[in-house]
Amino acid sequence: MSAATQDLGTVTRFRRFLVSDHVAGWAFILPSVVLIVIFGILPIVWGLILSFQKAGLISPEREWVGFENYARIASDPKARQAAINTIYYTMLFVPISILLALFVAHALNRKIALIRFYRLAVFIPVVTSTIATGIMFLWLFDKNFGLANWLLGKIGLGPFGFFEDPNQAMIALVLMTVWGWLGFDTIIYLAALQGVPNELVEAASIDGASRWTTFWRVTWPMLGPATLLLVVWSTISALQLFDEVFFVTHGGPLGRTSVVVFYVYRLAFEQGLGSLSLAGYAAAIAYVLFLVILILTLAQFWLGRRVVHYSS
Amino acid sequence: MSSITAPAPTLDEPIDLTHLEGETGMVERPRRRLLPFDPWHLFLAPLAFVMLLPLVWMVVTSLQTKAQTLHFPPILWPGTPQFVNYLDVIRDSAFGTWFWNTTVVTVLVVASNLVLCTLAAYGFARIRFLGRGFIYFVLLATLMVPLQVVLIPTFLIVKQLGLLDHLGALVVPNLVNVFGIFMLTQFFRTLPIDLEEAARIDGASRLSILLRIVVPLSLPALATLAVIQFLWTWNDFLWPLVTILTNQDAFTLQLGLATFQGAHQTQWHLVAAANIMSMIPLIVLFLLAQRYFVRGIATQGLKG
Repeated sequence: MSAATQDLGTVTRFRRFLVSDHVAGWAFILPSVVLIVIFGILPIVWGLILSFQKAGLISPEREWVGFENYARIASDPKARQAAINTIYYTMLFVPISILLALFVAHALNRKIALIRFYRLAVFIPVVTSTIATGIMFLWLFDKNFGLANWLLGKIGLGPFGFFEDPNQAMIALVLMTVWGWLGFDTIIYLAALQGVPNELVEAASIDGASRWTTFWRVTWPMLGPATLLLVVWSTISALQLFDEVFFVTHGGPLGRTSVVVFYVYRLAFEQGLGSLSLAGYAAAIAYVLFLVILILTLAQFWLGRRVVHYSS
Repeated sequence: MSSITAPAPTLDEPIDLTHLEGETGMVERPRRRLLPFDPWHLFLAPLAFVMLLPLVWMVVTSLQTKAQTLHFPPILWPGTPQFVNYLDVIRDSAFGTWFWNTTVVTVLVVASNLVLCTLAAYGFARIRFLGRGFIYFVLLATLMVPLQVVLIPTFLIVKQLGLLDHLGALVVPNLVNVFGIFMLTQFFRTLPIDLEEAARIDGASRLSILLRIVVPLSLPALATLAVIQFLWTWNDFLWPLVTILTNQDAFTLQLGLATFQGAHQTQWHLVAAANIMSMIPLIVLFLLAQRYFVRGIATQGLKG
């Protein structure tokens, strides 16, 4: 075997490799993978490292402090208040939004006059931004000139302080976010309801089941996967509430709406931009929240597996 | 004629379906009609009222004078609509700049996502290559990580790249979205592979197969991805808030709107006009492409 043929062999093998599926596959995914590594995976690792450091956002010095940031969370009253506020919000938002969406989807799942209009009215908040929604509700819930106080006054209620009252601000936030999310949840339930076979419902009614029984014994079990998805999804987004709080209440009044992600933001970006070194502490809180979300999500799926009925 | 026409129902004598239809009547339970319309209207009409009230009230407010907005009880109709409020907002604020910035960022992000997600999804769905399963799993795993965990380090990376206070900070990290790759990969896998194999035997390249066969079959999925990505980018607030610090020329609509509201606390007529203008593009898009929004949510469960 001469050197020339050996070279030729290498060249053809290289050529074959070039046109092989390995190169083709990587060529297709490479641009996306590079971007996701830089802006998706690197930050996850860096965030973990930050949480063990004493670090600011502007100042370059980084000091390794081990678990000090994590230990600090336990003795931080503001962190505890943020946790309590977040749990309070989540426990109100998740059941209210899901039960309401279930009922609304059931109501919208019929062919009657104006149904397209009703659906549009429920869906439209899906496309309104948090800021737009915030402005609308700040105005609607204005203590002095708001339409809500006037309408409620007509039926003998109020006047309410809404976002300005420490005891009502969180409830007002729940009402506002339920308005914003109802369309999203309803679309999911509506799609699931339309997947329930008509024969099943008819069979139940032939057997003499009442509408109520038919719904809870036939339709509701078929909605299990949609309900599980919504419970998991709503819990995750409720625990991460930020935009609404930042814009509408800024954590107030008296810190009663300061939720975890808002506290993380304040630590890192409002207090940390100067010489104070709080970005590391903020990263630690963010990671703890991530861990809580992860555990809750896994628990919900585990519970769901045992309760939810998957057809097919 | 009159002998075969059923007697018109009256309120005193409701029709009993079981008697009219004999055996098949058992399927439909007889229902007494107390109302001349479906009783669900009694729930749906007030619901629609409550859902539309914030929007309608914002439109009404945007057409009032300042004195009218600061009146209690509220004035429900402004008399002569003050369209001048909209002109005042455009003249007194950088609304045009915010609108332009948001449009540029959104168009770039949507276009880049369509291209990059399509390429990557085709690779994952149709080509067997070394590391495919592993890479796909790692990408999906990043979806589990919430934004606030990566917020600080991503900020630091963008700062290292010198993009802070620049529109690039809003575009570059969002050029590709794992959700889009995931969604399109799932969709491509449902397409019949026969056509692609035939084209491959005829010597067509992978890229031309993707462009000539796969993409034309995937237009509904691509439209869904486009509207959802549009919604996310147009409405994003937290990321612009963090990365556009002082440069007002790089403000987006949401950022501009938030500062405008803060600076005009008692001028609700102007805030309302600005707010309505910021919402118009998405509401129009929603009315035109409602089924893609609905499909995007119903099949993937997506909201920003």
